[in-house]
Amino acid sequence: MDNPYLHDPDAAASNPPTQGFVENLGLGDLVRRSATEYLPPPERELTPVAKLIDVSKCIGCKACQSACVEWNDTTPAIEENVGTYMNPHDLTPEMFTLMRFTEWVNPETENLEWLIRKDGCMHCADPGCLKACPSPGAIVQYSNGIVDFIHENCIGCGYCITGCPFNIPRISRRDHRAYKCTLCSDRVAVGQGPACAKACPTQAIVFGTKDDMKKHAEERIADLKSRGYENAGLYDPEGVGGTHVMYVLHHADKPHIYSDLPDNPRISPVVVAWKGVTKSAGLAVMGFAAAAAVFHGLFARANRVTAEDQESAKRALRDDAPGGRT
Amino acid sequence: MSEMSSIERGDAIEPGEPATVRRYRLVTRINHWVNAAAMTLMVLSGLSMFHPSLFFLTALFGGGQNTRAIHPWIGVVLVVSFILLIVQFWRANLWNRSDTAWVAHVGDLVMGHEEKMPEAGKFNAGQKFVFWAMVILVAVLFATGIVIWHQYFSHLTGIESKRLAVLTHSIAAVGAICVLILHVYAAIWVRGSFGAMIKGSVTAGWAWRHHRKWFRQLAAMTRGEQRQSGG
Repeated sequence: MDNPYLHDPDAAASNPPTQGFVENLGLGDLVRRSATEYLPPPERELTPVAKLIDVSKCIGCKACQSACVEWNDTTPAIEENVGTYMNPHDLTPEMFTLMRFTEWVNPETENLEWLIRKDGCMHCADPGCLKACPSPGAIVQYSNGIVDFIHENCIGCGYCITGCPFNIPRISRRDHRAYKCTLCSDRVAVGQGPACAKACPTQAIVFGTKDDMKKHAEERIADLKSRGYENAGLYDPEGVGGTHVMYVLHHADKPHIYSDLPDNPRISPVVVAWKGVTKSAGLAVMGFAAAAAVFHGLFARANRVTAEDQESAKRALRDDAPGGRT
Repeated sequence: MSEMSSIERGDAIEPGEPATVRRYRLVTRINHWVNAAAMTLMVLSGLSMFHPSLFFLTALFGGGQNTRAIHPWIGVVLVVSFILLIVQFWRANLWNRSDTAWVAHVGDLVMGHEEKMPEAGKFNAGQKFVFWAMVILVAVLFATGIVIWHQYFSHLTGIESKRLAVLTHSIAAVGAICVLILHVYAAIWVRGSFGAMIKGSVTAGWAWRHHRKWFRQLAAMTRGEQRQSGG
C-alpha cells in the first residue's frame, strides 16, 4: 500500500499513523546521487518537506537533542562542562543536532539577548556535500528535499566536510563513515515527523510541506514584527537553492550573530572549481596525453640505435683524440 | 669543458665486443622500481577518488574504504623513496645552457632527427624537466595530501584550507600524471631505456646516440685511468 503521509507530510505533525506502512522513500525517489553521472528520473514527484525552527520560541531545553540521540541510537560522549550550556562541545558523529547558545548585547536596546540556535544539517536544495562526494551513492537527495548519507557507500574521505557550507558532517573515528542529521528520513518514510520536532515542548520545531512551513513562518514573522522585532524574517538561503531546514530569526538581517550562521551560504567557489572544471578538464588532459603517446607510438618510428651509432661509439673509444669524430 | 661532468657514481664503460656502459647502479634501479610501483598505486587509487567514471578502480584495493585508507600510506612510501632518488639524481639534473638549446630543438627529436640535437649529458633536458617537475609536484602533493589526510590531520587545519588543498592536490596530480605519461612513453619510444633501468647498462652505441656528452666524458675518464695504470 502506498504511503499517503509521504504525499501529505502535514500529517506528520499529528499523531503517527496507526496502520503499518511499507517504508517507501526509496531509490525511485532520488533526484541526486553522489558521483553518479546518469541518474534515471525519479518515478514520482514527492511534495517538498521542511523543518521550521523558530528560534524565538526555543527555550534551550535540548529535548530535540535527546530525542535525536534516542531515535538514532547514538551515544555522544559525556564531556566536561566548560562554562556554557552547549553540550557536547560541537556536532559529533554521535550528535547530529546541537543547541548553540550565544549571549548577544543588542546595540540598539542595550539588552542582553540569549540566542539559541538548533544547529544541524540544513538539507540544502543544492547540497555541497553531495557535489563533493567521490563515492557513488554515498550521498543522495530525495524528491521531497531530504539529503541523506548512505553509510554503506561512504568511504570516509571527508570530502563532504569540504563541500558543506554549514560545517555539518562529521566522520566517525569508529567506523570511518560520515554522519549528520537525516531529517529522520526513516521516520518520514513511514509517515512520521522528525524526532526533534516530535519532542519539542514549545513547537519551536515544526515539520510539514515546505509551502506550509513558509506560510507558518510568515505568521510567526508578522507576530515578531508586531512585538518590535522589525528585522524578523525567514532563513531559507538562496545561495544554496533554499534549504529544507529553515529558521525563523528575530534578527534575520544578521544571521551570523546566531553562532556564526552564514549570512550568505553557498558552495565555495573552490569546491565548484574542483568538482567542475578540474574534474572534467583534468580527465580530458590526462586522456589527451595518453592518446598522444599512443598515437606517436603507433605512427612515429621507434628511436633505435643504428649500426652507424654503434660504429661511431666504437671509433670514439678507439681514437685517442678526445671525443672522436661526430 | 665548461660544464660540470654529468658522470655519477657507478657510471663506467665496460670494454668488450660490443662495449657496454654501466648507467644505473643496482641500488638505484631497486629504488626506481619501488618508486614506480608506489607511483602506479598512487595514480590508480587517486584517480578512483578523482572522477566517478574511475571509481571502479577502488576494487583493486578492496573497496572504497580501503582505497581511502591506503592511498596516503602509499604516498608516504613514495615520498621516502622519491627523496632517496633525488639524493642520487639531483646533481646530474642541474640545468645547463646546452639544455636550453636542446629544448629549442625538441621538434627534431619528436620528428625522428635526434642527430640534429645538441649533445646531451647523462640526462637530456627532457629528462631533467621530468625530474624537476616531479620534485615540485610530489612536494605539492605531499603537503596538500597531509592537509586532506582526514584520519590523522583533520584537526590541524580549517575547512577553507582543506578546500584549497584538495583543489591543489587534484591539479598537481593531473600534472604529475601527464609528466608520468611523458616519462613512461619516452622510455618506451627510446628503445633500450627500459633495459637500462632493468639491467643497469646500455650499449656504447645507445650512449653515443642519446647521451653523447656523457659518453665522451666517460671515455675520457677511462683513457685517463688507463694512462695512470699503464704509465
